[in-house]
Amino acid sequence: MSAEFPTVTQHAGEIEPGHSLWQDAWLRLRQNKLAVIGGIFVAILTIACFLSLLIAPHAYEKTHFALGATAPSAAHWLGTDILGRDMLARTLFGGCISLSVGLAATLVSVIIGVLYGAISGYIGGRLDVVMMRIVDIVYSLPFVVFVILILVVFGQHIILMFMAIGAVSWLDMARIVRAQVMSLKRQEFVEAAIALGLRRRRIILRHMIPNVLGIVAIYATLIVPSVMLLEAFLSFLGLGVQAPMSSWGTLLNDGRMSMEEYPWLLIFPSVFFSLTLFSLNFLGDGLRDALDVRASKD
Amino acid sequence: MLRFILKRILQAIPVLFIVATATFFLLHKMPGGPFDTEKAMTPEMKKQLEAYYGLDKPVGRQYVDYMKRLILHGDLGMSQKYFGWSVNELLANSLPISMELGLEGMVFALFFGLLAGILASLRKNTAGDYIPMSIATLGICIPSFVTGPILILVFAIWLGWFNSSGWFFPRDRILPAATLGLYYMAYISRLARGGMLEILNQDFIRTARAKGASEWRVVWRHSLRGGLLSVVTFLGPAVSGIVTGSLVVETIFNIPGAARFFVRAAFDRDGPMLMGTTLVYAVLVVVMNLLADIVSVWMNPKLRFE
Amino acid sequence: MPLLQVTNLRTAFYTRHGIVRAVNDVSFSLERGETLGIVGESGSGKSVTCYSLMRLIPQPPGRIEGGTAMFDNVDLLKATPEQLGSIRGKRISMIFQDPMTSLNPYMRISEQIIEPLLIHEKISRADALKRAITALEEVGVPDAANRIRGYPHEFSGGMRQRVMIAMALITKPELLIADEPTTALDVTVQAQILDLVKKMQRELGMAVIWITHDLGVVAGFCQRVQVMYAGRIVERAPTEELFHHTAHPYTSALQKSIPALQAKGASLYTIPGMPPDLSRPIEGCPFVPRCEFAQEQCKQPVALKGISPDHDTACLRVQKNEIVLTTNAHE
Repeated sequence: MSAEFPTVTQHAGEIEPGHSLWQDAWLRLRQNKLAVIGGIFVAILTIACFLSLLIAPHAYEKTHFALGATAPSAAHWLGTDILGRDMLARTLFGGCISLSVGLAATLVSVIIGVLYGAISGYIGGRLDVVMMRIVDIVYSLPFVVFVILILVVFGQHIILMFMAIGAVSWLDMARIVRAQVMSLKRQEFVEAAIALGLRRRRIILRHMIPNVLGIVAIYATLIVPSVMLLEAFLSFLGLGVQAPMSSWGTLLNDGRMSMEEYPWLLIFPSVFFSLTLFSLNFLGDGLRDALDVRASKD
Repeated sequence: MLRFILKRILQAIPVLFIVATATFFLLHKMPGGPFDTEKAMTPEMKKQLEAYYGLDKPVGRQYVDYMKRLILHGDLGMSQKYFGWSVNELLANSLPISMELGLEGMVFALFFGLLAGILASLRKNTAGDYIPMSIATLGICIPSFVTGPILILVFAIWLGWFNSSGWFFPRDRILPAATLGLYYMAYISRLARGGMLEILNQDFIRTARAKGASEWRVVWRHSLRGGLLSVVTFLGPAVSGIVTGSLVVETIFNIPGAARFFVRAAFDRDGPMLMGTTLVYAVLVVVMNLLADIVSVWMNPKLRFE
Repeated sequence: MPLLQVTNLRTAFYTRHGIVRAVNDVSFSLERGETLGIVGESGSGKSVTCYSLMRLIPQPPGRIEGGTAMFDNVDLLKATPEQLGSIRGKRISMIFQDPMTSLNPYMRISEQIIEPLLIHEKISRADALKRAITALEEVGVPDAANRIRGYPHEFSGGMRQRVMIAMALITKPELLIADEPTTALDVTVQAQILDLVKKMQRELGMAVIWITHDLGVVAGFCQRVQVMYAGRIVERAPTEELFHHTAHPYTSALQKSIPALQAKGASLYTIPGMPPDLSRPIEGCPFVPRCEFAQEQCKQPVALKGISPDHDTACLRVQKNEIVLTTNAHE
C-alpha cells in the first residue's frame, strides 16, 4: 500500500514513550470487547471446573436410581440424568475432561508443529520442500478416519486420545511456524546479529523464538476449540472416555439420545460447550488481530 | 498445466499405496474380530471361517494377496460382518448416497457461506457484518451432532415439516445437508469475508473506482476472483471434512450411506469393510483435493504459467 | 472559467491517535490545458488533496470536512454517485504511484484497458479492443497486439506505468491527475514516462496535475507549481518565478536539497527536524520548528497572500518584505 495516507509523526523535540510490540498488542486486545469477554468466560469456567474437582470430587458419579431423570430444580440446578446423577456436577466434570484433553492435545500439537515447522523453515532447501510436501499430502487425507482406526485398534485410553488428536492437528501450526521462521530468517536483524558475531544457536534462542512465540500462542488458542470439537465427535461415536467418567462429548451424546423426553440433558452441556468454543474463538481472533502489525485496520 | 496435473497424479499413487499398506497392517493388529460376537462356535467352524477369509496365512502373505486383488481386480474382499456380501457390493450401494449427501452439503455450505461472507465484507463493521459473522462463528462452535438433533427436534418433531430420519423423499435431503454443511458454511463465510476485505483494500480497487466503475462492477469483476481464492484453497480440506462429517450425519439421520457402514464396521471390527471404506475415502479425498488445487491454480494467473 | 476551482478544501482522518488534519483549507484553480505541479514531502497533503477531489478517500477513517471543488458546474465533493461515475475515468483520469499494485493482477491487460471505454461509451468489445491496442502502441509498448493479452506480472515496471497511462487516457479526459507516477521507477524510465505524458498532454490538450516530491521533475514539465506543507499551500507561482524568486523558506530548503544542484563531494543537505504531527493543532506557520528565519511573530496564523501577480506565499516575513531568500537554481 503506498504511503500517501498520513502517519502520525512526532512533533520535533518531543519524544513520546514508545510502546513495545507486546504492549501495543495488549492495548489493542483490551479494546476488543468480545475477546475480553471470551477470555474472562474461559478463565471462570476453567476455575469452576477444577474447583469442583477439589470440592466434591465424586459428585459426578453418585447415582440415585430411585430419582431417575429430573428437570432442573433447587436441589439440582441443572437437573439429573437417567441414573439420577447431578447434571451440574457431571457438566463441570465433563468440562475438566474436555478442557484437559483440549489443552493436552493442543500441547502435543504445538510441540510437533513447532519443531516440524521450525526445522523445515530454518534449514530450508530440499528438506523443506520434502517436509512441506508431506504436510500437503497429509493435510488432504481424512485424518479423523485414522484416529478412529487407531482408537479402535489400540483401545480408548484417555492418553491415547489426546495424543491421537494432537497428532492430527499439528499441520496448520507447522505451516505457520515455518512461514514465520522463514520470514524471520531473511529479516535484517538476523543479518545484523550475524554481523555482530552472534552464533547461530544464540540467534535462534534470543531473537527468533520470542518472535515465533507470539504467533504460536495465537494459533494454539485457535487449535483448542477444534481439538475439543474432535474429542466431542469421537465421544459421540462412542470412542471417547469411558463411563462413569463424562466429557462434554459423552454428555452430548447421552443427551441427544433422550432429547425428546429429557431435553435438559442435551441443552445444558450444549450451552456450556458452545459458549466455551465461542469464547476461545473470539479470544483467538482477538489475539490474532491484536498482534497483526498491519495497523491500517483503523 | 497438464504437467501439473500429471505430476500430482503421480504423487498421489505412492500416497495411496502407503495409506493402504499402513491401514492394512494397523487393522491386522485390531483386537477381537467379527467372530467374537457371533454365536459360540466350535474350533472347526472357526478354522473354516478363518481359511475362508484367508486369516490363517501369515501376515505378509495376506498383505500380498490383498494388494494383488485390489490392484489387479479392484476387489476389496468380503465383509466379515455381512456374510456373503462383498465389500464392493456394500459400497456400491451406499457410496452414491454418501456422495449425494456430501455434494448437497457442499452446495449448501458454498451458497450460503459465500453469500454471507461477501455481503458482510461489503458492509464492514455494521450490523450487516456483525450479525452474519456472529452466526457464522456460532456455526463453527456448535458441532454437527448437536445441531443435527436440534434441527430434528425443531423442524421434524415440533413443526413436523420433515421426517426425522430416512432418505426416501427429496425433502429428506434438506435437514441432513444443512447439518452437514453448517460448519463449512460458517468457515467459508469467514474466509470469503476476509479474502474480500483484503482485496478491497488493495490499490487496484482504487484504480478501478478512479476509472468510474460502479460499486457493483468493482465487486463483481475486480474483487471476486482474488477475494475468493482462499475459499478455493479451503475446498480441499473441506471435502475431507465433509467426509468425516458424514459419519455423524448419516448416523443421526439413519441414512444408508458408506459412512454409516464405516462407523458400524468400527464397532463390529469388520476388517475388510474398514479397509475398503478407508481406501475409497482416501481416493475420493485425493481426487477432490487435486480438483480443488487445479481450480485454485487456474484462478491465480501468477501460478498458471509456471 | 477555470476547469477546476477548489475552495477551502478540508480533509481529516479519524484515527485511534487523534484527528489528523491532512488537508487544511486548501484552495486553488486550474485552467484548461494547464500543467500544475503540486510538490511536498510525504504527509504534506498533496496526494490526499487530489484523492479528495476524486472522492477516493476511504470514508471511514477519512472524511471530507468542508469546501467545494467545482468542475464544470459540478461540485465534485457533493456529487451523486452517478455524476461521479460519469466524471471519473472519463473526464478526469488518474494514474498512481505504484504500477505493480495499481493494476489488477487477476485480470488481463486487455480487460483493464478497455474497461473505461466499456463503462463510459457505447462501444462494442471488438472496437474497444482495437482502440486499446492503438492506445498501447501510442504509449510505446512494442508488439502491442500480442502483449495486450498478458497479465500485469508479465510486464516490467516501466511498461506497467505505460499501460496505466494508456488506460487513463483512452477516454481522452480533460484532466489527468498523476500521483508520483515515476517515484517507483528507475531514473532512465522516469525520464521516458515524463516525456510520454508531455507528449500526450500536447496531443490531447488536457490539463495535468503532477504530484511529486521532486522539484526537479516539476521544473521540466509544469507551468505552475504549488508547494504544500502540513496540509496547506505555502507557496504558489509559475515555475520559473518559483525557482528564481523563491518566496518561502520551505521551498528554498527543498531546492537546496536537490542532489544534482549541490557541490560534488559536499555532504548532502537535508532539512533539519521532522514534519509536524497533524493530529495536534498548529499555531501559526507550521514550518516554524525547522525554519532558519522563524521568529515570535511567525506563531500567529498566516494566510496565503500574493506578493506579486500570480505569486502567493504563506510566509509572513516574506510578505512583509523582511527577508529575501537566496536561490541556487542554475537553469
